Amino acid sequence: MSEVSAKKVLLDPIFNNNPIALQILGICSALAVTTSLQLSIVMGLAVIFVCGLSNLSVSLIRKHIPSNIRIIVQMTIIASLVIVVDEVLKAFAYELSKQLSVFVGLIITNCIVLGRAEAFAMQNPPMMSFVDGVGNGAGYAAILLAVALIRELFGAGKLFGVEVMPTVANGGWYEPNGLLLLAPSAFFIIGFLIWGLRAWKTDQVEPADYKMAAHKVKEAF
Amino acid sequence: MAEHLISLFIKAIFVENMALAFFLGMCTFLALSKKMEAAIGLGVAVVFVLAITVPVNQVIYNGILREGALDWAGFPNVDLSFLGLLTYIGVIAALVQILEMILDKYFPALYNALGVFLPLITVNCAILGASLFMVERDYTFGESAVYGVGAGMGFALAIIALAGIREKLKYSDVPEGLRGLGITFITVGLMSLGFMSFSGISL
Repeated sequence: MSEVSAKKVLLDPIFNNNPIALQILGICSALAVTTSLQLSIVMGLAVIFVCGLSNLSVSLIRKHIPSNIRIIVQMTIIASLVIVVDEVLKAFAYELSKQLSVFVGLIITNCIVLGRAEAFAMQNPPMMSFVDGVGNGAGYAAILLAVALIRELFGAGKLFGVEVMPTVANGGWYEPNGLLLLAPSAFFIIGFLIWGLRAWKTDQVEPADYKMAAHKVKEAF
Repeated sequence: MAEHLISLFIKAIFVENMALAFFLGMCTFLALSKKMEAAIGLGVAVVFVLAITVPVNQVIYNGILREGALDWAGFPNVDLSFLGLLTYIGVIAALVQILEMILDKYFPALYNALGVFLPLITVNCAILGASLFMVERDYTFGESAVYGVGAGMGFALAIIALAGIREKLKYSDVPEGLRGLGITFITVGLMSLGFMSFSGISL
């Protein structure tokens, strides 16, 4: 993989190999924070930070980690980085950290971070691993932002807490769709996003388990 | 007191369902819900591990990490709560390992049934999430034990139900781009909509 360019490593995970849409990784902590754009941006940045730096540090010491305890070593590195993020948020943006509640902590178990450390950083030099981590974090953040944009705009008529479409309650014309602020809508939106992405990049379509057989005899119709 | 615990239990299973209301443990939830047997195995393993790790983390948090908790050791002003995340994940990993050894030694049938799922759930967000919720909501020891079992059963219920649906779904003719992951997400969305009808229930 020596001739892989940094640009490809950075941009691939955003569309072609998106961690959420294709690899089914890291959805756990993704959906709950997407009710507002602001929270998703903070969450996205936190994941980019943790993923990039954990890949960098794992890659730096990859030749010294005994392979049978590597998961524990990776976990410790990731947990320390997440603690840094958590403490910084508590110190400088206390309100935000209250709203994110447990989901900052859950970056630890976000499969993207551990998955990239294990699959990429253990085999590749530090700079490339850092870029790969940032790219995967950005792929995650992109989905998060797309979902949050739809949910906040149509669910509350706001963007970043500023009213864009004046709601009926405030004398405007837009009747907000409250369902978009509730849990089920996040699943629907991600489902439809995946549909859209796969309609565009058709090579990502999964093969069917069973094929419908064609009609061989003329039946009653 | 008993009523309070029962109410907490029902709430953890239905109203605050780990998978469908908080999106926790989604990775395994989607990856392992293709087959019924796998789903049941994972569900049982999650109930087991949550029932043990939440109370243990509760004891550790209140006995060691919390601000002023080290009073008994002569350090009344020490606040170790920033070590929380690291400790919980360590405790979970260690307990899963111990549980695996015990099951292997004394209950080989169960151990074989759970198979690979037991080590896998160390990195399941639902497990860590339950411990974090326990800290955030300040549960007592009894409450955290009940909450652990309830949250686990809620997750098991959701994943077994989804596996049942997906086993039928694979025979249906799904539009190309939606096949696999896409339709699963929409199915989960509908399930989550169904579970929302439980909200507001309290005993």
